[in-house]
Amino acid sequence: MTQHDLLEVRDLYKYFPIHQSILDMLRRKPPNYVKAVDGVSFSLARGEVLAIVGESGCGKTTIARTLIGLEEQTDGEILFQGECVGAQERRLRAGLAPLESAGTVGTREHLALPRIALKRLRQQAQMIFQDPYESLNPRSTIFEIVAEPLVVHGLSRSRGERAARVKKALEDAGLRPAEDFSMRYPHELSGGQRQRVVIAGAMVLQPELLIADEPVSMLDVSIRAEILNLLNDLRRQSGVSIVFITHDLGTVGFFADRLAVMYLGRIVESGPVKEVVANPSHPYTKALLSVVPVPNPRLRRERVILQGETPNAADVPNGCRFHPRCPVVMEKCKETDPEYKTVGDGHQAACWLI
Amino acid sequence: MSEQPILSVRNLNTEFVLQEGKVARALEDVSFDICPGQTIGLVGESGCGKTTTLMSVMRLLPSSGRITNGNIRFKNINLLGLSERQMRDYRWKEMSIIFQGAMNALNPVMTVGDQIREPILLHGLMDREKADARVDELLDLVGIPHARRDQYPHQYSGGMRQRAMIAMALACKPSLLFADEPTTALDVMVQAQVLELLKEIQERLKLAIVLVTHDLGVVAEVCDSVVVMYGGKVAEYGSSDDIYNRPQHPYTQRLLASFPDLNRPGESLASIPGTPPRLTQLPPGCRFAPRCHKVIEKCQQATPPILEVETEHYAACHLCQGTEARFQ
Repeated sequence: MTQHDLLEVRDLYKYFPIHQSILDMLRRKPPNYVKAVDGVSFSLARGEVLAIVGESGCGKTTIARTLIGLEEQTDGEILFQGECVGAQERRLRAGLAPLESAGTVGTREHLALPRIALKRLRQQAQMIFQDPYESLNPRSTIFEIVAEPLVVHGLSRSRGERAARVKKALEDAGLRPAEDFSMRYPHELSGGQRQRVVIAGAMVLQPELLIADEPVSMLDVSIRAEILNLLNDLRRQSGVSIVFITHDLGTVGFFADRLAVMYLGRIVESGPVKEVVANPSHPYTKALLSVVPVPNPRLRRERVILQGETPNAADVPNGCRFHPRCPVVMEKCKETDPEYKTVGDGHQAACWLI
Repeated sequence: MSEQPILSVRNLNTEFVLQEGKVARALEDVSFDICPGQTIGLVGESGCGKTTTLMSVMRLLPSSGRITNGNIRFKNINLLGLSERQMRDYRWKEMSIIFQGAMNALNPVMTVGDQIREPILLHGLMDREKADARVDELLDLVGIPHARRDQYPHQYSGGMRQRAMIAMALACKPSLLFADEPTTALDVMVQAQVLELLKEIQERLKLAIVLVTHDLGVVAEVCDSVVVMYGGKVAEYGSSDDIYNRPQHPYTQRLLASFPDLNRPGESLASIPGTPPRLTQLPPGCRFAPRCHKVIEKCQQATPPILEVETEHYAACHLCQGTEARFQ
C-alpha cells in the first residue's frame, strides 16, 4: 500500500437490507441484511491487473458497482488516487446512524479527505459489463454510443475533435476501419464486435481504471481469446489499471498480475497470480483450481468438487464462512473465523490450516 | 470401436428454406458413430450446425427445415423412414435431450416434480402412483432433496434447474442422451458438479451421451471422441486423444490454441479472425478458407474431402495426407 496506489479499498462492507413485513416491523424485529461484501481490503497499483474470482453470489459484482459509485458502501473506505469515493460521510452528515453490525464506522480521519465528485470519478474509472447484447442502446448508432461519454463529460467539444477521438477509440478496440462501423446499429454486429464497442466506449475517456465484470463469459471461445488479447493490448499501450472480475480461473492466468479469491463476501486468498496458482493455500482456492477444465484428455486429474452452492449471504455461517463446504474442516473452523496469514511474498490467506 | 454403435449418422444433409426462397445448407455430409456407454462431443463456434445436428436426429426441426439426404440408424432402425407417430415412441423413451439454457427450458407454472412426471405419464409407462415413486427415484439420482419436489423452477438455483432437466431427460430410461450446452450458463464449480453427475449416471445406466458445447475444456474432461464442426460440415473427427494431441485441421489447431491455459500464462492467445460463414452465402471451396491461417490456392476452388489421416481419425483439409474416408 504505497503512495502510488491508484486504488485502495479498506474494510469495505456492503449490506443490503431485506424487505420486512409490517408485522415484523411492529414486532420490532431487528432488520436482516444480505451481507454481499463483508470486510474486503485490497489495493491496485497503476498499470496493474487485479483479478477477483469467485462463484456467483460471492459479492464480486457488488464490489465493482461500489467502486464506481453505482452502490453506496455501508462502511469502509475506497480511496481513488488518494481521494475518498462513496458516501459514508454523507450518511453521517445526514444524521443517519451507522450500521452497528458493520463494526467501527465513521472515524474522523477520512472525513478530512476530499470526496471525489462522482462525475470526475466516472471519467477516470470506467466499467465494462458482462452482456454485450444488453449493455448497448439498440436505437443509437455505434458513433453515438462511443461519443456519448464525451458529451456527458463535456470533453472534445468541437465536432472534428470528437469524431477523431471516437475513431481512435474504435480502431484501438479493433473495429477497423472505424468508418465501416460508426453509422451502424448494435443489432448489425456480432457478439464479439459489440463487446469491442463497449470497450471503445469505456476507453474513449482515457480512464485510469477499467472495471471489467465478466467481460468474456457470454462469448464463444474463439471470440473470448480476441477480447482477452484486446484488453491485454490496451493495458500495455495505455497503462490502464484493470479490475477483472470472473468466475473462471482459466482466463485469469492469462493476463492478471494479482488474484483475489472471494467467498461469500470475503477475500479468502490473495497474491500474485503465479504464486497463488503454483502454491494455493486456501482449500477453496485449491478446489477452484482443480475444476478449471484443461484442454487435454491426457491431463485429466483428480478434481475437488465442492458440494452444494455458495450459501445465502443473508445467513453467513459462524466461524470460518467456508466450513460447511470445506473438505478439510476441523472443529476449530466451526467456532472462530481465521485471520489473514502471510504465506509468501504478498500472498495472504485466511485458513486455520496455514 | 469394435462394439456395435447405438447411433450411426451417415452423410446427413439438412437445409432450411428461408424467406425469398433462399436455401441455407445447415448441414452437409455429417457422419459419426456413438457406442453405448460412450460420450461424443460436438464442438464448434455458434452457428456451426451443432444444435441442428441434434434436432435432425431427433427429427425436431422447425417446419422450414428438412433433411435432404443421409441416413440415421438407431439400434439398426432407420429413423428417417419412420412416420411421425412411430418417431414419437423413440423420443424420450429411447433418446432424450437436455435443452440449451436450463434457465428458460422449464415450465415456470408447473412444479418441478410434475414436470419430471409428465413424460412418464404421457408415454403411458406406468400409473400415477408408480410414476410418483419413479420421480422420487430420479430426484435421488440427480441429487435433489425430495422436499423440493413441489417447488417451482424460480425457487431453484441454476445448478439445481440443470439437475431437474437431467432428471426429466432420464425419466423414461432412454439409452441415448443429447446434452445441448448443458453447462454454458453455469459457474465453474457448478459446471464441474453437473459434469460429474452426468458421468456418474452414464456409468450406472450405460448411457450413450452426445454433448454439444463450444468449450473445449469441457469436452476434454468427459468425451471419448470428438466431432469438430465448422460451417455445417465435419472438419475433424476422432478420439479425444487424437484431436487434442494430434489435431490435423487448422480450425481445430486454432480452437485449441485460443483456449487460455493456466499452466502457460502470459502467452498471447491465438484467435480466429472473423466469424463463421453465413449459410446462405457459403464461400466456394473450403468453408474455412477465408479465416484459415494456412490457406493455399486450392482451398478457394475445391471442397476438401474427408480423409482418414490415421485409423479412425478423420479430417477435411487439403493439407492433410490420407485415404478418402469410407464410413461403413
